[in-house]
Amino acid sequence: MHLMTAPADLNAVLAVTRFGFAARAGELGQISSDPRGWALRQLQAQPVSLPADLPASSTMVALMLEQRRDKDMTDRKASEEQIKAVYLAELEARIRAAAETDAPLLERLTHFWSNHFTVSGFRPFVRGFAGAFEREAIRPHVTGRFSDMLLAAERHPAMLLYLDNAESIGPDSQAGIRRGKGINENLGRETLELHTLGVNGGYTQNDVEALARILTGWSVARLDSPDAGNFQFYPQLHEPGPKRLLGLTYNDDGYDEGVAALTNLARHPATSRHIATKLARHFIADDPPPETVAHIADVFHQTGGDLKAVTASVINSDSVWAQPFGKFRTPDDLVTASCRASGFAPPGPMLAQSLKELNQLPFYAPSPAGWPDDAASWVSPESVLRRAQWCETFANRLPNPPDPVEIADASLGEALHADTLEAIRRAPSRRDGLALLFASPEFQRR
Amino acid sequence: MSCCHSSRRDFLTLLAGSTGAFALANLPGAVFAAVPGDRRLVVVLLRGAMDGLAAVPPVGDRLYAEKRGSIALQPPGAAGGAIALDKYFALNPGLAALAPYYPKGELLIVHASGNGYHSRSHFDAQDLMETGLAEMHGQSDGWLNRALSLLQRGDTRLGLAVGGSVPLLLRGPVQVASWEPEGFQATDGDFIAALGPLYANDPLLGPALKEGIKAQSFSSAVLGDDTGKGGMGFGPNAFKPLAEAAGKLLAAPQGPRIAALDMGGWDTHVNQGAETGRLAQNFQGFAEGIDAMAQAMGPAWDDTVLVAVTEFGRTVAVNGNNGTDHGTASALFVMGGRVKGGRVAGDWPGLDRLQDDRDLRVAVDSRTVMKGILRDHFGLDPDLLGSRVFPDTAGLKPFDGLIRA
Repeated sequence: MHLMTAPADLNAVLAVTRFGFAARAGELGQISSDPRGWALRQLQAQPVSLPADLPASSTMVALMLEQRRDKDMTDRKASEEQIKAVYLAELEARIRAAAETDAPLLERLTHFWSNHFTVSGFRPFVRGFAGAFEREAIRPHVTGRFSDMLLAAERHPAMLLYLDNAESIGPDSQAGIRRGKGINENLGRETLELHTLGVNGGYTQNDVEALARILTGWSVARLDSPDAGNFQFYPQLHEPGPKRLLGLTYNDDGYDEGVAALTNLARHPATSRHIATKLARHFIADDPPPETVAHIADVFHQTGGDLKAVTASVINSDSVWAQPFGKFRTPDDLVTASCRASGFAPPGPMLAQSLKELNQLPFYAPSPAGWPDDAASWVSPESVLRRAQWCETFANRLPNPPDPVEIADASLGEALHADTLEAIRRAPSRRDGLALLFASPEFQRR
Repeated sequence: MSCCHSSRRDFLTLLAGSTGAFALANLPGAVFAAVPGDRRLVVVLLRGAMDGLAAVPPVGDRLYAEKRGSIALQPPGAAGGAIALDKYFALNPGLAALAPYYPKGELLIVHASGNGYHSRSHFDAQDLMETGLAEMHGQSDGWLNRALSLLQRGDTRLGLAVGGSVPLLLRGPVQVASWEPEGFQATDGDFIAALGPLYANDPLLGPALKEGIKAQSFSSAVLGDDTGKGGMGFGPNAFKPLAEAAGKLLAAPQGPRIAALDMGGWDTHVNQGAETGRLAQNFQGFAEGIDAMAQAMGPAWDDTVLVAVTEFGRTVAVNGNNGTDHGTASALFVMGGRVKGGRVAGDWPGLDRLQDDRDLRVAVDSRTVMKGILRDHFGLDPDLLGSRVFPDTAGLKPFDGLIRA
């Protein structure tokens, strides 16, 4: 058997694995003359089109509000079935998009930012629209402005419900005085700790409480509203009076207070560093070079969080090209890459089963901090064996297994190790060969 | 986590042709329409090239012990030796679970069988075993699916692929169903074994895999392999739960009538062993699986023909690693209540004149066996078998006398 494509430059492999997922047949050859340009050009690409029948979050939020109101068990069962079906459709659409798109960087960025702004089905109430959150609040902004994404994420009903802000009431607001209720600082805290400044970003408990007060009233339109299930600002829940956050005073300005506070948080230097660190960890190495992080942070700061420029600075940093295969794939990444390399994306139920057993079921991150992004969190004896078994299972499920040597060459090119190629050649079946490819140390990394 | 799974994850997957469009359905019989007749056919694909000389050693051949060297089996009668079938042939002790079927007339061996293919690539040879062709033509449907198209008479759910994917053998225009057990399926210990060297020098994956295997061996030693999670195991024991499940599905009155299963682990280049060892263990897993299937089928076994076939055999001589390399002819097993068994069929080519000075010669084209089964078990027209099911094989006469009248 001979190699079907000319050996591609190692940088091409690096580009498709880091700024995409894995090369499809012929892709390495197409980009080998200019891997960096290939990555950069995707920042101008049209977003992928997703199935039109995925329901808007407002539909699913309204369904959950109804479920909460109606105690009727038959209705509840029907809505549970609907939630499950929507979940599986979202999952399949997400992986299919990544496996089939010509602009995989946009999908990788979507996964990265969706994880940054985690909304997790661990809170059962949000299961039905965690996928819609990604489509509505994350996707439109991955090459836009960070401040726009931040605002879209924090005011999205999924986030407001996941982090309890929908129930947060200013103690001195009309409703607070009447009902004797108070703030829930969950969203305020996670916005500072996870979404913007970072845990060492220099904020205090007072700042957490101030942001929570600023965000009071940010909630979800109730069932009796024509806007049921959409974002709604309730002035009667909003804490009156000035608030002091990170040394700035926000005068009582209703909804706009929150917009102003988030806009300021988006351009805070600590936010630049926090985002730059996470991006570098995702795209370069678990412990990225500090000077690269500093450079990305500078670009973030100087461009006012222009994510096109920020992502370009990652692509253009020398260190991203200097440390090939420095990242171990997360399970979601491995599954997505295998689908893309083999040209087969299994249906939703199979994907859900796979990712559940690999402990990374999308939209079910264990905490608001999202999934970890380092090898140490994902490598264990059990998980490595499980991943290997998954590779075999996946290869066994391919409806029409392609030639493993051709797929190995097409997906790993120059990066394919001679021992791996030999093992694939000697494999007793096509499926065994493909399983070895997906499980190989090269394919397990990016 | 309570999302997205039906509580029962054993699922039956309906495949629309070869497009891979899956849908969930409940197990098992309800989705199958009534099928004309009660006759069943099971095809087991032994992937990786099973050593036919180890499976059914020609202990009566004067050259046997000499040519096989360190992997020659002790003759029948010796402690742990081969199990006599007749004066000439014996059965590997690993296949002991199949031995009782021989005197009952429910086990027939067709020895020195193979197809007309002479390269020794697993991938190509398996494709040909499944397409039923003599040369690679990029054919995307299997001979069993083409046979189904003649059998179905309006029923489109006659066939069942066991193990999660539909093998090429069963792929084609006729819709078939597939079934797999819960959990990840890892049927082949060779896969994990092959991964070992690739991970050996990897500081992250190497130690983790080693520990993982240790931990898994420990838990399967404690829990046994029949923990209801058969699909999670690997190695020879992974076949039995699949085979048993297939038997149950085939036994159901409204169940499928045709099934295809895979078993790997046959590519024994290294330390294949003799009476005991790696290959004997794989034989044991196979034999116990088939026995479990037959038991699970109950009376339906009487209406069944099972054929187990591999893509090619292995070298007569042992190689430098106490294993064997890719060869030519192997043996195939024909079993079931409908089989005229209790004998070793075929013209033994002997070990004195070898193919390319290294391999057992093909005496029987395995497609003639398949044709004989399809003609005499299902009453398919031999002309159609030679044109539609196995195209351009009008000259390959169906093997006579495999099936009880």
